[in-house]
Amino acid sequence: MAQTATAVRELSFGDAIKEAIAEEMRRDPKVVLMGEDVAEAGTTFKVLTGLVDEFGKDRIIDTPISEAGFTGLGVGAAMAGMRPIVDIMFGDFMTIIMDQVVNQAAKIHYMSGGRWKVPMVIRTTMGATRRSAAQHSQSLHAWPSHIPGLKVVVPSTPYDAKGLFKAAVRDDNPVVIFEHKISYRKVKGPVPDDDYIIPLGVADVKREGTDITLVALSSMVQVALGAAQMLEEVGISAEVVDPRTTWPLDEKTLIESAKKTSRCIVIDEGYGRYGVTGELASVIQEGAFYYLDAPVRRMGAMHVPIPFSPSLEDSTVATESQVFEVARELCNK
Amino acid sequence: MSDAKAKGAAMTMSPDLLLRFYRQMVSIRLFEERVNDLYTRALMPGLAHLYIGEEAIAVGVCEALRPDDYVTSTHRGHGHCLAKGASPNLMFAELLGKEAGYCKGKGGSMHIADPATGNMGANAIVGGSAGIATGAAYASKYLKNGRVAICFFGEGALGQGLLYEEMNLAELWKLPVIFVCENNGYNEYTHFSESTAGTVPGRPAAFGIATETGDGQNVREVHTIASKYIERARRGEGPAFLEFKTYRYHGHHVGDIARAYYRPKSEEQEWVTQKDPITLHGEWMMQNGVADRATLDAIQAELIEEMDAAMKFGIDAPYPDPIRVTEDIYA
Repeated sequence: MAQTATAVRELSFGDAIKEAIAEEMRRDPKVVLMGEDVAEAGTTFKVLTGLVDEFGKDRIIDTPISEAGFTGLGVGAAMAGMRPIVDIMFGDFMTIIMDQVVNQAAKIHYMSGGRWKVPMVIRTTMGATRRSAAQHSQSLHAWPSHIPGLKVVVPSTPYDAKGLFKAAVRDDNPVVIFEHKISYRKVKGPVPDDDYIIPLGVADVKREGTDITLVALSSMVQVALGAAQMLEEVGISAEVVDPRTTWPLDEKTLIESAKKTSRCIVIDEGYGRYGVTGELASVIQEGAFYYLDAPVRRMGAMHVPIPFSPSLEDSTVATESQVFEVARELCNK
Repeated sequence: MSDAKAKGAAMTMSPDLLLRFYRQMVSIRLFEERVNDLYTRALMPGLAHLYIGEEAIAVGVCEALRPDDYVTSTHRGHGHCLAKGASPNLMFAELLGKEAGYCKGKGGSMHIADPATGNMGANAIVGGSAGIATGAAYASKYLKNGRVAICFFGEGALGQGLLYEEMNLAELWKLPVIFVCENNGYNEYTHFSESTAGTVPGRPAAFGIATETGDGQNVREVHTIASKYIERARRGEGPAFLEFKTYRYHGHHVGDIARAYYRPKSEEQEWVTQKDPITLHGEWMMQNGVADRATLDAIQAELIEEMDAAMKFGIDAPYPDPIRVTEDIYA
């Protein structure tokens, strides 16, 4: 086959995900996508617009509003030779599919002594500040991260989203992807048009620094990068590390960064209490304790149901200036 | 199904098939009796839900399947696994938590699974496998491989919402899945009339799903009904919902001994003495010249030997090395 030059385009986060799905569907006819209003409507976020024209309604499949029903159907289809992508419109609906994800998909490989596999992807959303209130705004990626047998992806950039999504489709295990819904259009970045994969479980240093490590996931990567810019102006060099997946977790990269900088903040849009920030902070403190000059700080979503009113909702999620202040405090500057 | 119709269908069955029904039902009965024995002798960890009394359903349905057809099973699943072709050796080993078991000792009584026989797993969540069976049927249709999926469940699963979501999807997409409701009358320790509004056939009927109710103690009738709907599904004409009336002779699980508070002993005795599927089928074969008592006794004796050997295989098999605990979490 003739080598073709890779073109790198500026794509939105949503378009990068669509490109990943389209490429995987072209590569493997056993990949299908099912969910509510995914075909002509292209999802409620219009992220999949046009896919049904290329792949038809047999592969981009509109389902009834039965999240548990079509997630369970996806589990069985995966066991029987398909590679389904199940689309759960809002991450808040994880509640509805939990038995199929936690008691079925996650455990079938282990319970069967490795005899059955469940190669499926569950794509869903996360993120507040869209004025969608308490049942359409949560970031619940900590939940599947708690369960052995699942892998959990929380991409922050268009480049990462495409490469991680393609890896998830090719993975032989159930993988849950949380796509930040504000990022679909807001976040843009360079994306190669070729077939690249980002392995699950490899963190990425988004910005190098020497004084403090900001570990951030999903939407909080942009917040951390903004804070790092502000910190630079006051003479603090911040390193931003994005784990990209909560499981498998690249503990080594997090610990090495904390050892290098001696200070660390973990920032996430999920709830702080019993959340991803607590887990990552523990991993870092266990691995880098004697190198740390201050306790690892956690910044998660405020522990309230996400409120509707903009003035209330905006206060629930960490901001650049909040991260900046906490970092200055840790660095005594 | 009318008596005359059932009789007519049974007369067309080969003696080999009729004898095979008997052999398979006796196998399950003997297996389960040994499970009960292992439990009461404290040789078996955990607990088990015995299928004794319900054997005609698993056998009647599974004898109508191809080896590559799928089944999903329940917490009361040993009968389905054996009827679909599982090895008693590997089943005993699994029930006893041994490395040689179907799931390397990681699943136990409620999770036996085996791709080689299309067994997608017993399931400890009531109604929890309805999605798996429907999904397998979806894959069969998409991949055009002609496989049918059987979803076995008890009438207790009629209380679970997932079942209705899957019934809707199955009929909407004309998927080759057969929902087989084994109605043994009791949701654990509660009579199903106390938990179930409306009628059982009224449920599938609401979705436009083909439905039929049969005598779950008559293996020939179960087989005749199941065959009809399995072939219909294989032709692409969609799912079916079959309800078979049956009874579990033992408790909800092996430890459920004192159960007079939820069902009278006289009721149990009536089923055991009047409606036993193995006795009834044996008598029918003798009356219709398919087999004599000596033939049936010989089958019984042969299977006792086989099941004793299988149980011994399980008892003698080694436990898994603890180092294996972290294997098989991810594929």
